[in-house]
This record gives sequence, C-alpha cells and structure tokens, in this order.
Amino acid sequence: MQAFTQVTGVVLPIDRSNVDTDAIIPKQFLKSIHRSGFGPHLFDAWRYLDEGQPGQDCSKRPLNTGFVMNQPRYQGASILLARDNFGCGSSREHAPWALSDYGIRALIAPSFADIFFNNCFKNGLLPVVLPEAVVDKLFKAVLATPHYQLTVDLTNQQVRTSDGESFSFEVDGFRKYCLLNGFDDIALTLRHAEDIKTYEAQRQLAEPWIFGVNR
Amino acid sequence: MKPTTLYEKLWRAHVVREEADGTALIYIDRHLVHEVTSPQAFEGLKLAKRPLWRVNSILATADHNTPTTHQEVIADPVSRLQVDTLDKNCAEYHITEFPMGDHRQGIVHVIGPEQGATLPGMTVVCGDSHTSTHGAFAALAMGIGTSEVEHVMATQTLISKRAKTMRVVVDGVLPKGVTAKDVALAIIGHIGTAGGTGYAIEFAGSAIRSLSMEGRMTLCNMAIEAGARAGMVAVDETTIEYVKGRPFAPQGELWDKAVNYWRTLVSDEGAVFDKEVTLNAVAIEPLVTWGTSPEMVVSINDCIPDPQLEKDPIRREGMERALKYMDLPAGKPMSSISIDKVFIGSCTNSRIEDLRSAAEVLKGKKIAANVKLALAVPGSGLVKAQAEQEGLDVIFKEAGFEWRNPGCSMCLGMNDDRLSAGERCASTSNRNFEGRQGAGSRTHLVSPQMAAAAAIAGHFTDVRALIK
Repeated sequence: MQAFTQVTGVVLPIDRSNVDTDAIIPKQFLKSIHRSGFGPHLFDAWRYLDEGQPGQDCSKRPLNTGFVMNQPRYQGASILLARDNFGCGSSREHAPWALSDYGIRALIAPSFADIFFNNCFKNGLLPVVLPEAVVDKLFKAVLATPHYQLTVDLTNQQVRTSDGESFSFEVDGFRKYCLLNGFDDIALTLRHAEDIKTYEAQRQLAEPWIFGVNR
Repeated sequence: MKPTTLYEKLWRAHVVREEADGTALIYIDRHLVHEVTSPQAFEGLKLAKRPLWRVNSILATADHNTPTTHQEVIADPVSRLQVDTLDKNCAEYHITEFPMGDHRQGIVHVIGPEQGATLPGMTVVCGDSHTSTHGAFAALAMGIGTSEVEHVMATQTLISKRAKTMRVVVDGVLPKGVTAKDVALAIIGHIGTAGGTGYAIEFAGSAIRSLSMEGRMTLCNMAIEAGARAGMVAVDETTIEYVKGRPFAPQGELWDKAVNYWRTLVSDEGAVFDKEVTLNAVAIEPLVTWGTSPEMVVSINDCIPDPQLEKDPIRREGMERALKYMDLPAGKPMSSISIDKVFIGSCTNSRIEDLRSAAEVLKGKKIAANVKLALAVPGSGLVKAQAEQEGLDVIFKEAGFEWRNPGCSMCLGMNDDRLSAGERCASTSNRNFEGRQGAGSRTHLVSPQMAAAAAIAGHFTDVRALIK
C-alpha cells in the first residue's frame, strides 16, 4: 500500500451531503476485475454529459462544464472537501480506487459512512473528520480562492492552510501506523496466526457446527 | 453478572485478540462471496502466494451480473468475464459455489439464510453492504470492502473495533398493509441515513418479534441505509424454526447443542445501549420515498415536503436537488405520482413472503396501461421454484408482470435490467440514489404490496384500500 505522511495540494469541493458510492463510481464500472483504471470514471454521471461505458476513451466525451470537477481551477486536485455522510451506500472499494486513481490522497468532511471510511485506509487514502463549522469555513475559502491549497499532515494530525491556520484531527492509532508505513494489513495479522489457530481450535470444540462440511 | 447486549455477546465470542486501544481481530465464521467484489481479492491472494485460511467458511454465488432472462451464456462480454472469473477462482480454490444454472443460485443474501449457511451466533461477512441482512439471525453480519475480503480469505479474521450500540424498539401491532419494509423506511426517516453511523442496531419490541424471518431480513437489510454496518434481531422460536432442517444447519445431537447456545443470543434484561429509539407500530403507514436518499420518505397519504420549510441550508439544498432530479414539485400528493415501471425483487424484498404479499394484491388484476414494464425477480432459484409451486408465477404473469430468473437485477442494473433516463419506478429495492437503477433513473422505494398496488393503479396508491 502507498504510504501517507503529508500531502499539500489543490482542494476539490464537492458541496453536497450524502454523496453515495454509486455517485463516486457508477455500477457499470464495477464489472472490471482489476483495481486500476477507475480514475477517468470518478463521478462519471456528474462529470460527463453522456452515459459512460467501461473501457471507453474518456478524453473525447462531452464534459458537464457545470460540474465543479471540470473547472480549470480544480485540476490536479489531491484533496477532496465534502459534506456529511460522504461515501454512504454500497461497500464497493471501487470508490476509493477511483478517487485514488484520479489523484485524490486525502478527504475532509464532517462525517463519512463507515464502510467507505474503512476502505480508504486500505488504499493509502486518508479520510479526515473535521467539525462542521471548520468544513464550512474551508468551503468558503476554497470557493473564494482559485487554486486554493491545503496541507494534510498525518504525522502531526493537522490540516493546515497556506496562511498558517491549522486544525487538528483525530485518527485511530493503528490505522495511522499502517498508513504512515504503507503496511499491508494481512502481513500484520498473519503475525498472529498462532492466536487465530488457538482460537479456532477452541471454537471447534464449543461450536463444531460452524466448521461443518458444506453441502 | 452485568447485563449484556446481544451485540456485546456476539463481539466477545469472536475476539481472537484485542489491543489496548480496542483494535481487535475478530474471527469470521461465514464468508459469502459474489463476483463483483471478489476478483481483486483473489488476485491479491495469488500475487502474495497466500492460501485460503478456511475454505469451508466460504459460500459463493454469482448474482449482480446474472441475466434474469434466459441466456445460455451472458451476452455482455464484460459481465461474462466477471462471472467466469468467479467460477474459475472457486474451482481453483475448491470453494462451494452455486454458479449460474444451479437451481440454488440467487442473491447472496437470500441463499445464505435459505441454505442454513447463515446461523445464529455467527460472524458473517461479504463484500457487499447489504450483508447486514444476516443479522436477522442474531448473527454479527457486516459488509466489507474488497481489501477486507482478501484479509478474511487469508486470515479468517477482520481488524475491527467495537461499535456503539443502538436499540430500536418498535412496539405494537403493525396495521394490515404495513410491512417490514415500511418499518425499515420509517426508522430511516426517523433517524436519517447517517443516524446509525458507528452503531450496531438491535431491532426489538413486539412488532419486531411478530415479524417472520423474511420480514426481519428485510429490516436488517436496510440497517445500512440508516448508516449502521450491522443490524440484528435476537433469537426466538421463529429463528430456530426457520433454521431447522436447512442443508447447512447442524443436525441430531449437534442441533440440540446449537439450539441451547442460540437461545442465549438475546440482550439481557437491563442491558444498556448507547442509544435508544422507540417507534409505535400502530402509527406506521405504507411509505414511499420521494427523493434520492432513503431518508426522504413520507406516508402514501402525505405530500412531497417543501424545501423552503427546511431551516438547515445544506439539507434544503439537498432536498431541492433531489426534487429537481426526480422532476417533482413540492406539495404534490404522493398518490398522484404516476410510474413507468415496477420492480419487485432485490436482497430486500425477493423472498417467498414478499412474492406472496405482492401476489395477494395482484390476484385477478391487471397492471395499468401506463406501466411499461413490471418485473418480478425471485431472490433465488429455490424461491422461484417455491413460488411456482404455489402458482404465484401465474398470478404475476396474468397481471402483466414478467416472471424472471433470480439475481440482483434492477436494484442496481449491472445486468440488462435497467431504467432508461427519466423513467420512474416503484421499486422494492433499497436505494433511490441518483442513477442507481440506470443513468437518469428515478426510484421510489416501497414495499412489495405497495409496488403491486402502484402497478395496478399506474400511480402510487394506498394498498390498504385494496386488501380489506
């Protein structure tokens, strides 16, 4: 996994609450059996005027110029600013894959949906929860200032503006450790393989039906 | 001993190890797998040359891409590749799979319980947010992402932290024509789509106790639409009766031993929840969503709410955007909204009881002339066979419905079953998001009975007038 320590970059504001994972990456792209290539289809239905198809060349598609992501000032964004309950709905990890493939490294919102939040950490993406008032302030600043940039610093758990203002955020210790080091969860868990085997043996005695043969 | 919640009992029973900060390794008993969220996980395993930890914990099926019309091979090559990839991976790893064409194939959240592969006291995961469905069996069931699918395949565990607990108590008798779907929508309307975020919800109270297992599955299925990764209902006789005799369920002495344990899977008297919500069953009416989030829901006898009356600017903007997308004006009576298509199916409402309740409304009637297509999609091959044995297929077909093969179908339209842009659908599925049922599609979530009533009327209508 790609490690995350600190990112400074252009902020893309998606100013609506309850953005669901169907919107982040629509269903037709879930047919892919690969992890990459979703970036051109991030927010596909909002971003283009036609209906997207998997595997197509998106460079010639008609853009919805009214959608914030298509405005020149937000090109190259690496931080996404959002409202409440971002990433709700489907568990599709294609959503963080699409964000990451597009170039987003960190997300800032007052709240995230549980499964999406979790999926971000598995893909080197940092979801940052900041109070609604702070997020509101950042939205105002982004909209007022072309090419507005922020720094998201995981080591110090801070979001910083270019004029020196900073906002602290909480992050789970284990997740921070994994993200800072780019660690693969599975390798970490397998260090506890003996514990898992011991547990499994006990359960097998107590609840043997869990371990029955499939019929 | 301190009274304990059901969630806490399930959690404690599955902790392999727990760190000081509460990060725990949770053992996974049952892993359900489908074609959409597994290929990258299998690929990851292969690249790292890791074996499956416990192959018999896995039950796999193809459901999202499968056509509901008869196709020897899937016509769409991209869908076909994904389904073929699942078949190949299952063959390579010797995983039990109900592939397309198997009479047991169907929606993963229908076949798990149907086979007895979902049992009380289990941890159940699947790379699918609607895995919360299985909590109806007093199981700790959660949707996970593909990285976690791979993690469970390789380690039989999940890295997790305790959720907060919420109890939603629904007491009283549900009026006729009001179903588990309406209860689910009423709860979501009450607490909001993020109301359950960070919580595991236990549904309790006399109205929940009186629900069948099908109804409880509908309810737990939609826990995720309230933001809760897990929903659950305590074990009672209804649970045990349902599980008995299922192919994967224990038998003989083991059955007795299992039942003794399962009966303990209830929240103790006096157990404390982090949050309590109470609803009165008698006051719940048949509900219809009007917007693009399941929390945008009102009674069939209400009108579309006016965004101007909403004080919160972000919510108001959300309502305005939703109404624009849905092409509906504020103040319009729900019963005056006409529809183009009807979909009865999905992991929320495609079980035998759902089909029976819709057929009860449809019997001897015809769908309205303005309804271009009405689909009935059973949740599994076994549900389909059972319905046909009861003659339900005939009722659906005589009413003008198409009687299809099992799968996720028009809930998300990964196969050919989609709405066209601008089309309005009465749907028994779980999400009314923008574009969910097809680009530009407009979804109204309802119960199977309300979908059937809308099919006959051509617009939403109170089913209670039809089933006196």
